Formats: sequence, C-alpha cells, structure tokens
Amino acid sequence: MNASVNSSDVKQTVKSYLLKEFLPGENPDELTDTTPLVTGGVLDSLATVKLVAFLEERYGIEFEPHEISSDYLDTLDTIADVVTTKKV
Amino acid sequence: MRTLYSLLAEAQAAFPDRPAVVDPGGPPVSYRELDRLAEQASTHLERIGLKPGHRVGIMAHKSVHTVGAIFGILRAGGAYVPVDPTAPLARIAYIFGDCAVSAIVTEQRFVEPLQAAFPDAHLRVLAPLDGGLVLIDGPAGVQAPASENSLAYILYTSGSTGKPKGVMISHNVALSFVDWGSEVFQPEPADIFSNHSPFHFDLSIFDLYVSIKHGASVVLIGDELGKQPIGLVDLIAHHRITIWYSTPSILRLLLEFGKMERFPYPALRKVLFAGEVFPVKHLRELKRIWPTQRFFNLYGPTETNVCTYLEIPPAIPEEQTEPFPIGAACSHCQTAVMDSDGKPVPPGGEGELWVAGGPVMLGYWNLPEQNQRAFYWDPEGTKWYRTGDVVVEEGGIYLFRGRRDRMVKRRSYRVELGEIESALYKHPRVSEAAVIATPDEESGVLITAFLTCNGDGRPSLIELKRFSAENLPKYMIPDRFSIQPQLPKTSTDKIDYQRLKQLV
Repeated sequence: MNASVNSSDVKQTVKSYLLKEFLPGENPDELTDTTPLVTGGVLDSLATVKLVAFLEERYGIEFEPHEISSDYLDTLDTIADVVTTKKV
Repeated sequence: MRTLYSLLAEAQAAFPDRPAVVDPGGPPVSYRELDRLAEQASTHLERIGLKPGHRVGIMAHKSVHTVGAIFGILRAGGAYVPVDPTAPLARIAYIFGDCAVSAIVTEQRFVEPLQAAFPDAHLRVLAPLDGGLVLIDGPAGVQAPASENSLAYILYTSGSTGKPKGVMISHNVALSFVDWGSEVFQPEPADIFSNHSPFHFDLSIFDLYVSIKHGASVVLIGDELGKQPIGLVDLIAHHRITIWYSTPSILRLLLEFGKMERFPYPALRKVLFAGEVFPVKHLRELKRIWPTQRFFNLYGPTETNVCTYLEIPPAIPEEQTEPFPIGAACSHCQTAVMDSDGKPVPPGGEGELWVAGGPVMLGYWNLPEQNQRAFYWDPEGTKWYRTGDVVVEEGGIYLFRGRRDRMVKRRSYRVELGEIESALYKHPRVSEAAVIATPDEESGVLITAFLTCNGDGRPSLIELKRFSAENLPKYMIPDRFSIQPQLPKTSTDKIDYQRLKQLV
C-alpha cells in the first residue's frame, strides 16, 4: 500500500488507537491535536514503542531510531506529519 | 586505600591505549584519555576546596565526559550523586538539597534551571569541563560537612514517605561487588560490556567498574537509544558486545520489537539481567535466539547491589511456567531467612531475606529512623540488612515470593506506592488518593490510582497524567486513574486497599 494518506485521517486513526490502548475511559474531546503525549506522561517508553509498531504496520512505513522521540511523536499533529511525510 | 578510582588508575597504567569507553557514533576513548578527563575534573574540585566525603551532584546525560567526571569526583575523594536529568526539577533539587552537595557537574543548559531551583544559593559556574559539561557550585558549597571518607556514591530510590531516599555506598562495599563480578564472570581485556542502565541506577556499577577493572571496554547506551529496540539490537551486533546487562523489560522489548533474527551474534557470550522477574516464556524465546550464550539472573536491592544469583540452565523445559529462583548467596555476603520476630525460618518456609557482609550499604542518608528499621545487629556485631523481600529457601537456593510492604518493581525501578499518593495529593482537585499495584501479563505490574475529587466535574485522565509527569519520574506515572465518589474504608477508617484491588 503506497498511496499517500490524509493528515486528518491519520489523526483520527491514531486518536482512536491511543484512546483504546492507553486512555480507556477518557472523554475523546480531551485528546486534541496538540495534547502532549510523551512529555505529558500519556505515552511511556513501552507505549511509545507500541505506537511506533502500530504506525509501521498500519501505514507500511519504517521509523529511523532517532525518530522514536518526543520530537516526532509528542502530539497527534507531529505524528500525522511524520506519517504523511513517509507516505509521500 | 583502594577505591573505585584505583581501578581506573591501575587499568590506565596497564593498558593506556586500549579503548575504555565508547559512545556510539564517536571515537573510542582510551584509558589514558579517560584518566585525563578524570584528572581535569578532580583538579577543579580540589581547587575549590572539595574534601574527601563531600558530595558532588551529577545532572547530565550519559557520555564519555560524564564517565570522566564520575572518576574525577572519586579521584578527588568526593562521592557522586547521579540524578536522572529528565526527572522533574523539583525532585532533582530535593535530592541535591537533601544530601547537601558541594558542587554539581552538569550541562550548560541545566545551569539556569538549577540556579532557579536554589534562588538563595547563588550558584556560579566554577569551571568548564570537556564535552560541554560545567562544574557549578552546589547549594551547600564546600562548607558542607564532610561525611565518611569511605563514601563513594549515593543513589536515590523511591521512598515510602513521599520523598526519595539516598542509599549510601562506600568504596569497600562497591569494590566487594566488583570483585565478586570478576570472580563469577571472569572478564578479559578483550571484552566489550554494554552499559544500558542510567548512572542513577545500580546496574551501572557493574558495567562501569567491572569493565574498567579488567581493561575491557564499555559501550554507553544513552536514554534515547536505550528505548529503541531496533537500534539496540543493531548496537549489540555492530559493537560486538560480549557481556550484556539490563533489566528483563529491555530484553523483552528487544524480543518483541527488535527484529533480532537479522543478525548472528558471534561475539556475545554472557547475558545478565536483574531488577525484576523475567517471565519464563520470554526467557525461553530469548534463549532460542541466543542459544550458545550463558544467562544469569542477578538479584539484590540497591542497598546491597547483587546478593544472590543464578545461572539459567542451558535448556528450559517447555512445560516450565514458574519463574526461575533468584539463586544462591554470592560469595561476598551472608544471607538468612527470618520471621517477623527475627528468628530463623527453617528451609522450605517463607520469611524475609536478610543480608550481611560485603555488599551492605552504609545506610540511608540522614534518615536515622529508617536506618534503625533497616538494620539488625546480631550479638556477634554483624550488621544485617532486612531486604523486605519475602523468599523461600530450598537447598541453598532462594525463591522470590513477594514484598512485605507497599514497594513494587516497575520496569525494574523501585516504586513506593506511597510516594505516588503523596504526589497526587498535591493536585488541587484531589481529596483522597490510594494507589495499588496488580500483576499484569504484559507489563509485569499495573499501577492504578483511585481518587476522590473536590469541586465540580472531574479532572481528565490526560490532565492527571500530565500532573503526574510534572511531579514524578516517568516510571511512577500511574497506568490508570479511577475517580470514585468515595474510597472504601476499613472499620478503623483507613483506606481499604484489599477492596480496591477487587475493583481493578
């Protein structure tokens, strides 16, 4: 699957994944595109690795080791950026 | 006096040009160069008047220069106090204030936050060190009272009263462990050790000092790479690591996400793990990938570093599900199983593990009551440390059964549930907090915080996670929050933790 993806679709998919996996019971409105995930304590190191595995499988992309950091994964906005860039 | 610094001095004399420390991506640093870095730091420390027994904080990311600074502090006779530079600043400031550090080795970017954390102390930059590090004043200055000359380092661990507590380790205690490591693992100058553990965690003592004692090399794994399974597997293969030491959590991460089958590992000889139980099914899987390597389970709290160990047998039966024992007492210590009255428990019975001899800490920094509870002096004058771990002994081998108190291990870090509760009580909306830990197949332990809140509405989970991240180290952030109208109470009106466990 090499087709490019739409940023808002990525955000919606990742948001559902995060709510289900790491924030069960949370009001979806609380998780916005700019909610800090890594620096805000929502994703710990194991959760971050799981998120990367999910993104790699879902979108058929690969992360470089340096990209597995809060610089790239801290918000739904930055996650959508990195995924859409890799899918181009 | 033989000290941890003596290990570097001796190796430097014997192998000046051999690589001592490797920072991936950079050139190896020789023993001669490492000793030069140590001399640079110790010269500055001596110049400001540091005396043996003074404490020096370290707030810096892992690098060859940080290792040089550690040896420099030891060379000057000081004791180092390493902290996690990514931990909340309030926690770091508490630690440096608590043990009254005379100076701090840090990075330029942390100088301002440290100055702001101690507004009355007027911390100045005293000297630049190599590698972007600087030496600054500590809040206590060099007027601080010196502790015992023998103090080598203080590692802070989670404390049940809501504040971290400092475990004081002397040179003799650390060296008894290092010498035991030599005896059991017989390293050679050609060995290449991994250093996955951060310096504020006691696994790093083995990596740094056992490798350097033998003129071997140690490859530093920084915080960021340390959590990247693919990068870690690459590092083990490409740096030809021969002795790996980490927590089981990290080895599980490599298994699950590291794509380990990509490489052969001809160099790797020994795999050591410690800090928590390694579920047998994962260990069995790892041994399938690394069939010729020898595996060792090391056990011990920070207060004793390693005090028992077990070599995992070459084959693990398919039907085995019980975790391996923590093993037999190491040669540098004595162990005993005692009941709650301090009487020996016969073999096969459950009791608390007590440890005496070489590896036992000097004590907790400035906590006389906790020291009173932690130690027992027998009539012969032997000092025993009560680990709080419940074990069963069978034929000289100990099986771990659990804890006597509210401490749990999470990602191999010690977590006092009371410390999490203390942090949550600081939230303006939280009226009551009760934190419990329950076993979890995937992560080992699941931490749930039950809260009652005041005011209208309720704080969101994201808000509670963010607040926790600001007030606690990452490994203490609860996995789950559950806001209740009220918490269940016992007949004496205390929080009923047993009933809360049923709610998870």
